[in-house]
Amino acid sequence: MRGWPARLSKMINPAASYPSVSIALAGSGGAGVMTAGNMLLEAAAHAGYYALMTRSSGPQIRGGEAAAMVRIACRPTECMEDTFHVLAAVDWENVQRFSAEIPLGPDSLLVGDPDQGAPHEVFTRSGATYAPLPLKKMAKGIVEGRANMLLLGLVAELVGLPDDAVVRAVEKTLGKRPAALAPSLAAVAAGRAAAAAIPTRFPLAPPPPCDAPRWLLTGNEAAGYGAIKGGVRFVAAYPITPATELLEWMAPALAEVGGTLVQAEDELASVNMAIGGSYGGVPALTATSGPGLSLMVESLGLAVAAEVPLVVVDVMRVGPSTGIPTKSEQSDLNIALYGLHGDAPHIVVAPNSVADCMRTTQWAVRLAETLQTPAIVLSDQFLGQTRAVIDRPADLADASGRVVAEAGAPGYQRYAITPSGISPMAIPGTSGVTYTADGLEHGERGTPSSQGTDHLAQLDKRQRKLELADYGSHWADVEGDGDVAVITFGSCTGVVREALAHARRRGFGARLVSMRLLSPAQPARLAAALAGVRKALVIEQNHSGQLYRYLRAEFDLPCPIESLRRPGALQFTPAEIRGHLAEWSRT
Amino acid sequence: MKRKLPRTVGEFMAYAWAMEVEAAERYAELAEQMSTHHNAEVADLFAWLARIEGKHRDQIMQQMGWTQPPDTAAFSWDTPEGPETTDYGDLHYLMTPYHALKLAEHNEQRAAEFFEHFAASKVPAGVRDAAAEMAEEEREHVRLIQEWLAKFPEPEAGWDEDLDPPQGAD
Amino acid sequence: MTEPLTHADFKSDIKPVWCPGCGDFGVVNAMTKALAKLALRPENVAVVSGIGCSSRIPAYTSCYGFHGVHGRALVAGAGLKLARPDLTVIVTGGDGDGYSIGGNHFLHACRRNVDMTYIVMDNRVYGMTKGQPSPTTEPDWDSKLSPDGTGLREFLPMVIALASGANFIARAFTGDPNGLADVIVQAVRHPGFSFVEVLSPCVTFRPEQREWKRMVRTDALEPTADIARATRRLMRDDGFDLGVLFAGGRPPFEPRGTRGTKPVDELEARFAV
Repeated sequence: MRGWPARLSKMINPAASYPSVSIALAGSGGAGVMTAGNMLLEAAAHAGYYALMTRSSGPQIRGGEAAAMVRIACRPTECMEDTFHVLAAVDWENVQRFSAEIPLGPDSLLVGDPDQGAPHEVFTRSGATYAPLPLKKMAKGIVEGRANMLLLGLVAELVGLPDDAVVRAVEKTLGKRPAALAPSLAAVAAGRAAAAAIPTRFPLAPPPPCDAPRWLLTGNEAAGYGAIKGGVRFVAAYPITPATELLEWMAPALAEVGGTLVQAEDELASVNMAIGGSYGGVPALTATSGPGLSLMVESLGLAVAAEVPLVVVDVMRVGPSTGIPTKSEQSDLNIALYGLHGDAPHIVVAPNSVADCMRTTQWAVRLAETLQTPAIVLSDQFLGQTRAVIDRPADLADASGRVVAEAGAPGYQRYAITPSGISPMAIPGTSGVTYTADGLEHGERGTPSSQGTDHLAQLDKRQRKLELADYGSHWADVEGDGDVAVITFGSCTGVVREALAHARRRGFGARLVSMRLLSPAQPARLAAALAGVRKALVIEQNHSGQLYRYLRAEFDLPCPIESLRRPGALQFTPAEIRGHLAEWSRT
Repeated sequence: MKRKLPRTVGEFMAYAWAMEVEAAERYAELAEQMSTHHNAEVADLFAWLARIEGKHRDQIMQQMGWTQPPDTAAFSWDTPEGPETTDYGDLHYLMTPYHALKLAEHNEQRAAEFFEHFAASKVPAGVRDAAAEMAEEEREHVRLIQEWLAKFPEPEAGWDEDLDPPQGAD
Repeated sequence: MTEPLTHADFKSDIKPVWCPGCGDFGVVNAMTKALAKLALRPENVAVVSGIGCSSRIPAYTSCYGFHGVHGRALVAGAGLKLARPDLTVIVTGGDGDGYSIGGNHFLHACRRNVDMTYIVMDNRVYGMTKGQPSPTTEPDWDSKLSPDGTGLREFLPMVIALASGANFIARAFTGDPNGLADVIVQAVRHPGFSFVEVLSPCVTFRPEQREWKRMVRTDALEPTADIARATRRLMRDDGFDLGVLFAGGRPPFEPRGTRGTKPVDELEARFAV
């Protein structure tokens, strides 16, 4: 990470300096745009910038059309911009399917190979400038040169990323294949040189000084690390898009710190293995997405009834049913809150940025352990799979944990009715306090009971332990001020933050409440957070307004609330939020 | 599991003792089962039988002057369990004292046969004598049980009828 | 505390709800005897079950117990054993819990070969829900839910276990608790996944099973470590041959890779720019 090198002589318009630039690379049939996109992201990181990368592709396993979207910025960024500055394509095969995700404007630049066809009308009608470059011919001119590397060099030049950062990124990816390295670097250089033929530039403003560690990771990885920090040492895994990478990251990481990850035969197995491990005293976790969570809910009820700590990360995707596995949506709130049969209170939390995935997952582990209950972490595909350059997140200051029974404790009763609702848990191996954990309703000792009085007492206990817990300041982010408010959760937070920051610069103030703790509901705290607000807009990414309905059902709010929602496969843009807010706040 | 023949009176009486222990434990367990299923009459009967077998067990300890229970690890029964032990499978929650006593009678008969077998096999004379004595005692028990049985005639057909269907708890 | 424990020390004071005559009483008897013989301590043993009459067993022992949901005992037990390899884990349940809803987990448990023991009390019926056919029920057995029988060929647990990789396979009968105790001792001692199929009559819904004591053949199976031999043996099995069928040499499951001792924050190097 370095300061800005002197390259002013190469810039066409040094006065126009961009605090944020968004680039999309597209191509098909093994063009390698994902690889190039990753290198661009890494180069930005090495040059001292914050950045964000998302990807999109056709349904083919390999060789399909693909797009890598990279945003590079001088400040931490949590969402994509309203328009892309550059769309550079190796070819245009089916790239129009990404048009909704790569909005362009009249100031945008299209780069493509005229021998591979012309850009689709859906892109050109934006008014963007088209700069044709014979990429394939140029690549042929370099021994083993590839068009995606040409584009990397070209784009680096267009935005002013220094050479050493780009080279470092290329070496990191291709370092293990020296035969590919030299041609790639040559192609990058050629790409830079080819930029001379294009008058447009989007020079990045100098990066901020780097006084704290920076990380490059996905939300899935951050969540995995947060879980380990929280104490998880046993994971049972079943792959499902888009949660698989969380589990795959944890497999070697857990082993390194002395934990165990096993692959199970299905989600019913993975959740029950995790419950078994946790019953044995080892904090345990599994991760899944909507369809898997649907399978797991019976067993989550078991964890509630038997009071076994458990963390389940749900990396939400578009539903219902198989839905769109590769796209983000916030539509599992209902099942997370209400999916367990019976009255089964439990924890539901939602991280609201890639960085927050670490802390909130760690928090979920601590809550589950302390309150002896399952905690569902509602992440989503956008957070889970976006690669981001972030400041190393602050650590969570939370030393809470499982209360365990001592050996030989006289008259030990596993489910004793206590004022806090939390009763010490005997860990297998501890003498004199053996008990049978049970999904059947039970009395204080744990013996099955069909008595209404026992059922009421245990229901009260399980409810009370959650109600009386102190959730500290993590329950929500409350930011900004104004006479209106926006309430949201999860990945919508990033785009709302950006919209509000922009609006604030133009004199418009609104309070943001991004809820992390969704269950148990905190009506008093939300009401306090909305004090003085005349109305609030609930923004979420699902079709039916699940958060909006939940707030109306469970929360006594001091002001009326309205809903702004859209289902998944498309993220809100800051401009859309700004436009809607402007209109909405007029009345 | 081949039964090893006892070579000394001590070894033989260890068999006898083990038999009584198992029988007593089993009767006590069955008494609990009957009690849980609200068959007080038979529960009491099994509890009484448990006490009696317990007395036999203690008598053997006393007779032999043992301060510690004998080591019974080395041998086994030819039958699945000791000859005087009631098979779990022979119970019915509606069983009457008649049925319980028939089981007890069967147990005592098998015990007598068990000892008679020893009395007739290639064992040292002392063991044979002890076996014959035990066999005679068991025969006496059979007679006692049969006296009790006389008080409980075999019930009519339909004794196992319960108008209520079975319940499912889980 | 060095005094050896007896089977009485492994029984809890909770009275079983099972019908008098139920074979499962024999299993409690056998299990407690086996645990005493193995010189284990109740706090180091966990009994894990699903749902059904036989799944009530954990609370009838003085060990740690886990009474989970229907069909998932094997995976709860596997998770427990993998997180706490120091414990002795015994999974128990019935034929419905284990072979129907639990069938998938049964298959994979045999494959996975985690060091634990699975005792199935097979009464060829769903007893707790009052008498429906289970996978081991005969095809023509009439019931309310499947009048005139299911018409389905029976599930053959020993065959599935052998084909899927279980490292120890035995069949026993509750009418012989001492024999069963011996088999359980062997099963627990044998490394890997040990499967004991126990014929356990249900006197309420299958009173004809009282005849089983006249049909079983004790010591009819000779243990072999040869899968082909065990397979041939199973081809002439009618379900009433008792004994140890197979005692194999598969090493028990161990998670791959060494378990490290790295401090957690060293993982951050993976993210550092």
